[in-house]
This record gives sequence, C-alpha cells and structure tokens, in this order.
Amino acid sequence: MAVTQHIDTTGAQAGADMAALTAERESHGWKWLLSLPALTILVFAASGPLLIVLIYSVLTPAEYGGVVWELSGRAWFQVFFRRDIFDPDEVTLNWSHLSVLWRSVSLAFQTTVICAILGFPTAWFISTRPPGQREIWLLLITIPFWTNLVIRTFAIQEVIRNQGVINSLLMNLNIIHSPIQMMYTDFAILVGMAYVFLPLMVLPVFAAMDKLDTRLLEAGYDLYASRWEVLRRIVFPLVRPGFIAGSILVFIPSIGSYVTPRLLGGGRNMMLSNLIELQFGQGRNWPLGAALALTLLVIVLVALVFYLRTIGGDEDKQHG
Amino acid sequence: MQETTGRLPLAWAVLMGSTAFAAAEEINIYNWGNYTSPEMVEKFEEETGISVSITDYDSNDTAIARIRRGGHGFDIVMPSNSYVPIWIEEGLVQPLDTGIVTDLDNIEAQWRDPEFDPGREYSVPWAWGSTGVAVNTSSYDGDIHTSDIFLDPPEELRGNINVVPEMVDVMHLAANHAGGERCTDDPEVLRTMRDTLTEAREHWISLDYGTIDSYTEGDFAAGVYWNGDTLRARLADPDIAYGYPQEGFPIWMDNAMVLADAQNPDAAMQFINFILQPENAGMNSNFHRFASGIAGAEEYMDPEMIDAPEIVIPEDLAGAGEFTRTCPSEVNDIYTQIWSELLQ
Repeated sequence: MAVTQHIDTTGAQAGADMAALTAERESHGWKWLLSLPALTILVFAASGPLLIVLIYSVLTPAEYGGVVWELSGRAWFQVFFRRDIFDPDEVTLNWSHLSVLWRSVSLAFQTTVICAILGFPTAWFISTRPPGQREIWLLLITIPFWTNLVIRTFAIQEVIRNQGVINSLLMNLNIIHSPIQMMYTDFAILVGMAYVFLPLMVLPVFAAMDKLDTRLLEAGYDLYASRWEVLRRIVFPLVRPGFIAGSILVFIPSIGSYVTPRLLGGGRNMMLSNLIELQFGQGRNWPLGAALALTLLVIVLVALVFYLRTIGGDEDKQHG
Repeated sequence: MQETTGRLPLAWAVLMGSTAFAAAEEINIYNWGNYTSPEMVEKFEEETGISVSITDYDSNDTAIARIRRGGHGFDIVMPSNSYVPIWIEEGLVQPLDTGIVTDLDNIEAQWRDPEFDPGREYSVPWAWGSTGVAVNTSSYDGDIHTSDIFLDPPEELRGNINVVPEMVDVMHLAANHAGGERCTDDPEVLRTMRDTLTEAREHWISLDYGTIDSYTEGDFAAGVYWNGDTLRARLADPDIAYGYPQEGFPIWMDNAMVLADAQNPDAAMQFINFILQPENAGMNSNFHRFASGIAGAEEYMDPEMIDAPEIVIPEDLAGAGEFTRTCPSEVNDIYTQIWSELLQ
C-alpha cells in the first residue's frame, strides 16, 4: 500500500511537471515550424538516401548494374558467406570479405593510435604557448585542410615513392644504395591516413588541455608525484574526453577511407570502401555494394556506442 | 530516388530552354577524361558555329548509370565496345541519321561491321587500342609478346609489376593464358585462372592505374597497360616497349554515339560526321595517342605515331587480339569473387 502511495505521489508530481511543460510548449506551439528546414534536410538528405541504400540491399541485381525490384536476401548472404565457385553446394564463410573488413578496422585503429601518439605532444606544445601564440599554431594545424585530399595524397606519394624525396636524399647521401620500397605498402596507407587525419585528433585534445587547471599539476608535484605520475594520473584522465572525441573523429573517416588506400596502397589489398566500389562498378552487384555499405555503417555505429559507453561509465564513476 | 528523377528533367528543361535562346547551338559531350583534342573541338566550332562543352567520366559504369537516371543534358557519349550493346538494348542511344552522317564509308573496312554494332547503325569509332604488357627492356630483354610477363613473371621483373585494376581486361588475359575463351565459365579454365592469378599476385607490386611517370621513373619495371599510354611512355623513355600477348589479348574500341534524349540531335550528328573525316580523326589521335579507326587518318598523324609498334599490331600477333565483351552476370559474379579473393 505504501508503495502504491509512493508511486502515486511521484506520479502526481510528474503529472504536474508535465502539465507545466505542456503549457510551456503550447505557448511556443508554432515555433517548432522554424526548425522545419533543418528537419527536412535531416529526413530527406540524411535518412532518405540511407533508406534507399537499405532497400537496394534487399533487391536483386540487374544484368548490367542497377537493381530489379524483386526481394532477395542474397546480397546479405554474400556479405558473410559464399558458395564455392566449383561446388555451389559448399557454403563457407566469405573470407575475402571478412579479411577486407578486418583490414579496414585494423588499419583505422592503427591510424587512431598513431594520431593519438603524435597528437598528444603537439596539442601539449600548443596549449603551453603564451595565449597570443596559440592561435598561430592552431592556424598552422588547420592549413592542410585548405588543400584538396587528393592533392595532399599525391604530395605524400612524391615524398615516399622510389624516386621520391626521401629515397633520393638517402641515396645521394650514400646511406642506402637501392630505394626503400615504401609506396604500395600498408606503411604508406598508415602514413597517408595519419597525416590527413592528425588535425582531427589535435584539435579536440587541445580543447581539453586548454581547460586543464595547471594548479592541479603543481598540487601533484607538491605531493611528491613524479613527472610520469602527474602525466598518468592527472593529465591523462583530464584530457581523456578530448582523446575520445578525437578518436571518433579519426576512426570514422579512416575506416571509410577510399582515396588514400587506393593511391598509396596500390590497390593490392582492398579496404572496405574499395570493395564497395568494386560491387557498384565492375562487379555489377549493387545490392551487395549496398549491403557492404550498411555493414560499414553498423561497424561505425558499434564503435560509436562503445566509445559513448566508455564516457558514460566514467561520468557515473565520477558522480558516485 | 524515384521522386527526384521525376523533377530533374523538368529543371533541366527549364535550364536548357533558357540557354537555347542565349547561345546559337550547343552540344554537350560526355567523354572519358583527357581524351578529346581541344584543337579538333576548336576546328569543329569554327566550321559549324556549334559550341561544344565536354564533361568527363572515368568508367563505363559511371557513364551508363548517369545516363539511365535521365535529366543529364548530354548529346554524345563514348562507350567502349563491350558496353555498346547494353546502350542499344536499353534504348539509351538513337540510330545515326544517315542524312547528316554521310561519311560512314570513311571507317576502316575492318571496323565497318563490328559484332557489337552490326552495320554501324548507332556508333562510329572514336579510338581503339589494346590491353597488353609494357616492359622496361633495360630490366628484361626476353620475349615480351606474352602474358607470362605478369602471369608467370621472369625473375628480373618480379616485385616490380603493376596490373591495371580493370577486372574484365585482366580476366580476359588470364582466360586466354589458361587456354580458354573470354567470359569462359569452364570450371577447369576458371580453376587454372584462379591459381595462376593467386600465384602471380605475389610478384605484383600494385594494382594501380599508374601514370606514364611510374614507368619512366622506374616505379614499375613491367605491367599490364594500354598501347596508347605505353606509346607516350616510350616517347619519354625509349627503353619501354609494348608487348602483344600471343596467348590472346583484349582489343577495345570506344565509340561515339548520340543519346536518345539528346538536346540537340542534329548538331550531334554533325559532330559525328565531323570526326569521320580523316583530317579531324588524325588530329584527335595526335592528342589521345590511339588509332582512330578512320581510313586515311594516318596522313594527318604525327610521324612518330604512324609506324609506332604500339599502334600497328605485328601481323603474326594480330590474330591473337579479340574484342572485349561484357560477360553474363553469372560469369561476372565468379570473376568478381576471384578478383575479391585476389585483393583481399
């Protein structure tokens, strides 16, 4: 009985709150119309195309690209499984797709780690400059963004190719006698992606550091913490949200990266986006391409949820 | 998607309508990038007063997907031979108006009645060439007229081979190498193809479109490449040579066609007839470095092109060349599967 009563009171309370809220809403009743342009864009420009991708993924491929309006689950089956070419009854896991998937996740993860390792000292350097200078350094960080991605990628190609800047320099200095093969390797892809996405890590980490109260560091030293302990137990926990934001910003475009693996990786090993392109182009299997694109989307979503959970968990701990 | 396709043509119609009053006559050409001689276009504009604008595409699939959607505003397109039947079958192009296109006889005899457009009812040649192998002869001095160059590479070339990522061409070469026909679905041939490719891939450095510089500056010692591009590379570095694989190699031809929903079909037909003239075809060849398929065009071609081994197929190897074909879906699916395994 007591329990019911309790519920009743909270219920009443909530009811009153709701009433106040609705009253408030009614007075602004028509104002939501102002957000109509934004809503339209969200619904039609974001969800609309996605819906088309979803629909295409359950249709039948047409003979020469495009789709036939017949429902089929074949594309989704093909994402993960394949029938043996020579024995159609034998169904196995589609290792080529899974390994491309794994490569994409792994390279994107490595890029994120490299960006974090390089981004931290950079952000630290900037945040410890006098206030007037910081803007200049931040500006310098964003300069690469002013140039087209393809051009930046070609620039890297010029640096690391066999007759490129690094190899000719080393050969002229007689340090090496034949060029080091850097182009067309995973190393090249990682260099390219880390270079392109580094600012996306530096900026949020800097933003977190900017808010860092330096008195906490002094307090740490006063309590006989070593430099390493100050870094590990004060700085890292406080700039962690910056790292998490930066990691999301780097990981997502890395995993969907198309131009960099294509130009620097030499196409010997596909990443997911190259596999998707193959299906829409020469493979003439649009539904499979659509299903693979959605698979990529799901991976990104899972990664996002994972990151957000980690942040959420942290905040709970702090409050507790 | 359905919704937008309905509106776009309307928007275009309004746009095209308004420009029609402004400019006298105009044609919009939808062509592969870096493939149309600006000099030739200028000559056409001077002779006819029709202004020309060109939009690039990078693959047959891109081109056909865009035209299918409608509302494109283009008049002329240049599909490859393997795609020509699809364009015709789907009604995307219109038959040539022989009232305006009067010089079909200028087409070289061997291209007048091709399997992809019997009787040349819809298309005229723009350029043709072959996919073979480019080899830097300073790295390897053996026989280069074989697809062993990339499928069973000699020691000297291993690790420095590039293959253009054109699945259909590579599969065509691999099928011929395995003793089969293009688009084959013979399991034995397919098995050999897959095994050969998987083994050969270990010796490839990349599957890249590459640039001529990649060959002249030593990034690639050999590779699967097009004849016209190899010609350009040889002009920059005389050590580079083009091989026609004796096991069989693909021939392709890009063809000018007028779209069914062309804005200005008459002007487009005039352009088609214009490129049939040997002088104009030769001018165009000098730019894109491929043969034009128009008789007498040699007279107007740069001297270094006329006898170029990349342009003139040696007689004993000519029989090995065969037009590429768009394989049926079942075969294409198998090819894509092998291709994905190769690049996993």
